[in-house]
Amino acid sequence: MSAIRPALVAVCVIVCVVLQLSVFTQLAVAAVVPDIAMVFVIAAALARGPSYAAGLGFCAGLVLDLAPPADHTLGRWALTFVIVGYLAGLVRQDTNRSVVASAACVAASVFIGTSVFALSGIVLGESGVSIARALQVIPLAVLYDVAVALVLLPVARAVLVGRDSAPAQSRVGVGVR
Amino acid sequence: MLMRTPRRDDNRSRTRLVLLVLAAVAVISLDAGLGTSSPAQPVRDAASSVLGPVESVAHKALTPVRAIGDLFTTRADLRRDNDALLEENARLRNQANTAGVDTARLEELEGIADLSTANGFETVQAQVVAIGGAQSFSRAVTIDVGTAQGVRRDMTVLNADGLVGRVVGVSRSNATVLLLVDARSTVGARLSGDSELGFVRGDGDLSGAGRLTLSTVDAAAVPIEGDSVVSWGSRGQVPYVAGVPIGRVESVASSPRDQSRTVTLAPYADFSALDVVGVVVARTKGR
Repeated sequence: MSAIRPALVAVCVIVCVVLQLSVFTQLAVAAVVPDIAMVFVIAAALARGPSYAAGLGFCAGLVLDLAPPADHTLGRWALTFVIVGYLAGLVRQDTNRSVVASAACVAASVFIGTSVFALSGIVLGESGVSIARALQVIPLAVLYDVAVALVLLPVARAVLVGRDSAPAQSRVGVGVR
Repeated sequence: MLMRTPRRDDNRSRTRLVLLVLAAVAVISLDAGLGTSSPAQPVRDAASSVLGPVESVAHKALTPVRAIGDLFTTRADLRRDNDALLEENARLRNQANTAGVDTARLEELEGIADLSTANGFETVQAQVVAIGGAQSFSRAVTIDVGTAQGVRRDMTVLNADGLVGRVVGVSRSNATVLLLVDARSTVGARLSGDSELGFVRGDGDLSGAGRLTLSTVDAAAVPIEGDSVVSWGSRGQVPYVAGVPIGRVESVASSPRDQSRTVTLAPYADFSALDVVGVVVARTKGR
């Protein structure tokens, strides 16, 4: 089982990236598509904690940086997902698996994530990114991602920690704190 | 789990965070610093040849999802669509309604073929299989043709309506197209009215059809609203072939203070609804 899980998670990362770029673009609202890959990293943070999520975030971010049609500087999504995974992981004990708390955590994380990505573009001087544009995109992205997360979080949790071990994990998590 | 103290756990994950952030920053500075000789290019190409076909398959397999996309349109859009559809319906009622999507696609293909023959282009048909969302702050799409079909970097991409963009990255089976509306896109253009030359730049608008701005080489030239703008073309036909319609002059705003003029174009191609496109791979006749 311990060997299968990382492979399964890797496949999930690829599936999330492909869904985000090829399938959910059909459901874009004002060109904003749900950040499936980012929500998956947040799900990992809520299920497995900051350390695991930061590592997974780095890998998932690199995949998203490399997947066509991306042509921005390599590593921007990787940096973003490391930060998002770590921060979301820090608040995991407090969310305690309630739906409202998880949704709030996703909203805050997506806000930070999209902002970090936009800022990294501004710092690197990539044209097309501006504060005004970011402010148009971010609120819509937050709303859309929270909606998607309500469905995606339970599925991702099942993949990340296993269906049966999930309650036990969360009890230990609370006990440590 | 309980043997480990929370403090040591925190420290370990903090170290890991710092290492990962440094790794990401290292990747960014390697790619940004080395420009065209970046070691990221081969990695990008390899990733594209693996993920591109997966995107093509996913796009084909999940085409029915497109129907759901129609639910998320605004009321104004729906009203406008309704008027157009009523008209279209009356016309189509007499025809056998064979296969909706396929007929539309065929029309699109025929349009590209017409445009190509008129200008003497040899094109390769392609389907848009992946789109970068607004969160990526760029307007680029992936198409399902690559070097195997003769597509190279800097080739012109068009559809039945007009110019779409150019190829900026290509792998064996897929290519990345930078759209005209992207902020990084610049095309040499010619006004159809008085053959005035100029440059068309994308406004970087992230949603919708987007607008283009035209700056004429001769500052004294005054474009007229409604004038058509076509591509100027470059030597060797890269990156843009000549004579492809780009858009129509929508408004001309002049500022008397600095004697400059802002010319806004409405592009012919609808960048928010790209489906079938053509890549110009050769010219069949000289012009």
